[in-house]
Amino acid sequence: MLYQDTVESEVLVHKPWFIAAMFAVVLAVFLMVNLTGTTFGELMRPVIGAPMQSGIYGRVAIAFVIAVMFCVNIVLIGFAPLKAQIGIVWIELLALFFSFFKAFNLSMPFIWENLPYLITQGVVTTIYVSAVSLICASLIAIIAAIAKLSSNGFAYAIANFYTSFFRGLPLLMQIYLIYLGLPQLGIVIDAVPSGILALSLCVGAYMTEIFRAGIQSIDRGQWEASRSMGFGFGLTMRRIILPQALPVIIPPMGNTFISMLKDSSLVSVLGVWELTFLARTLGQPTFHHMEMLITASLIYWIMSACLEVGQSRLERHFGRSKVR
Amino acid sequence: MTAINISQPEGGLDGGSPSGIGNVLHVQPLSSQESFSQQQVPMSADKIIEATNVSKWYGTFRALTDVNLTVRKGERIVICGPSGSGKSTLIRCFNRLEAHQEGEITVNGIRLHNKMRNVTEVRKNVGMVFQHFNLFPHMTVLMNCMAGPMWIKDVPEAEAKKTALKFLKRVRIPEQANKYPVQLSGGQQQRVAIARSLCMEPAVMLFDEPTSALDPEMVSEVLETMTSLARDGMTMVCVTHEMGFARAVADRVIFMDLGRIVEEGKPNDFFTNPQHDRTKLFLSQILRH
Ligand SMILES: Nc1ncnc2c1ncn2[C@@H]1O[C@H](COP(=O)(O)OP(=O)(O)OP(=O)(O)O)[C@@H](O)[C@H]1O
Ligand SMILES: [Mg+2]
Repeated sequence: MLYQDTVESEVLVHKPWFIAAMFAVVLAVFLMVNLTGTTFGELMRPVIGAPMQSGIYGRVAIAFVIAVMFCVNIVLIGFAPLKAQIGIVWIELLALFFSFFKAFNLSMPFIWENLPYLITQGVVTTIYVSAVSLICASLIAIIAAIAKLSSNGFAYAIANFYTSFFRGLPLLMQIYLIYLGLPQLGIVIDAVPSGILALSLCVGAYMTEIFRAGIQSIDRGQWEASRSMGFGFGLTMRRIILPQALPVIIPPMGNTFISMLKDSSLVSVLGVWELTFLARTLGQPTFHHMEMLITASLIYWIMSACLEVGQSRLERHFGRSKVR
Repeated sequence: MTAINISQPEGGLDGGSPSGIGNVLHVQPLSSQESFSQQQVPMSADKIIEATNVSKWYGTFRALTDVNLTVRKGERIVICGPSGSGKSTLIRCFNRLEAHQEGEITVNGIRLHNKMRNVTEVRKNVGMVFQHFNLFPHMTVLMNCMAGPMWIKDVPEAEAKKTALKFLKRVRIPEQANKYPVQLSGGQQQRVAIARSLCMEPAVMLFDEPTSALDPEMVSEVLETMTSLARDGMTMVCVTHEMGFARAVADRVIFMDLGRIVEEGKPNDFFTNPQHDRTKLFLSQILRH
């Protein structure tokens, strides 16, 4: 949270001019779209009669009702305490999102039928690939970051080349290069290990920069104090520098991990039975593409949310010395 | 005269010699400090630091020129001089935070040079207190003090804790042991930094302007701590502009300018009868305030 002032600010959403402006904008927006043919139009039938025949009157009435609902909702939320506000807004956005998906007329039985397999095979593979890559990437990153900060020209050059190469090439290309290119050199690896290798190397390259920035953000005095007490390089890094760099490192690291979780779907090009691959192959024969893709997306979202929770836990844990 | 007790090492105090200085935790007023700075550290005492003809360059800039300095066990040396004269550079050479290019520095019998593999042996025995404290902010005060002995000297945790509490009591903040450094005032932080160094039980303590980042009312609490250390016979090399402290505590005052030692002498002679014009100018500027 930003550093809050001690003076309570006025509640913006309770100011008449703001409510009026909000009302006008929402009304204008919904006047532009025709909702007479939707579920909402059906709900309005008692007021406007047959929705399709209601014409201009129907559109205006629908827009008006929506605008009123919207403004009342926001004004009411304005009264709630902070925690409740967050919860209510989340739930409302989620509800809107799901009602949007209802428009696709998804076949729920098909989803329920395939969901178990999607999870036991797809999700498990995705999590396996991502988790192993996550660990490998972190290890690579810390080593490369130290190499990049070292005064050893050899180490620096290798690390620099590595980050440049793996940040510069498209991940898809790296996956192909490793799976199809390495056998040319006589090294044959399976699809899953090559996927993991490509992901680790690519994400490791991004994380190298994150670690480097984190390590550099620590005051020189910390190194001097550690050194003056006789701590060696490894000890200083492990016990003094990294613990302090972590609060700086964790937010971008969470970012990278979440995007890696989704990038793991690129491994599907190698025929690995992970979530995206299964979603596509299960949906294809019966033309239930949307069902499977939307289900897979939601599962990705849930997994990302878990990572987000983990990230905020870590942030709280390592931020404790900052509290006054 | 209490000369004999003063140069006793730290351990001797617990033995409770009745004719001692009394309660070492309490600093006596300045007037009574005059007496104990008069005593001599014998020339035969072990040399803790010996620097001969030390020169140091930063690139092409010569920061130290032919510096000669010997610090004997139990000696308290104050280094002063204008800003940029190389005071910090000199004492940072003593624990090899900086490398010197010419001359020799021997600390506790170990010669410092580029290729040395046992620099830890030196640093274990040389405590350093910085201008900006440099406490480890992610560890509690207690842990700050325990870290060195536990990680470097393989002292068991329980014993390290006992030592840490002893020295925190020594700098008179045992009640802050479980706080984090940001929760302390500047003066308290600096005293923790002193305790942290003391926990390593060093042969010599280096102070680099320990009070110049502090508010005036906190300066005295840190100086009192340092004075009481000096009383206990701790070998100290102290860069400071606190002339009152220098007068009361120092065996020798060293004046540096442009990377050279311009003048050195006993505090009384140094302050009342400086030899060089540069010293006179410096003293007149610093004492006017
Ligand atoms: N890392 C460095 N690189 C280049 N020059 C430096 C460096 N550190 C110090 N110097 C130079 O060396 C000289 C001595 O610096 P030093 O920090 O020892 O001075 P000082 O006597 O401690 O001054 P102050 O009282 O301001 O702390 C200064 O002229 C400074 O500009
Ligand atoms: Mg300095």
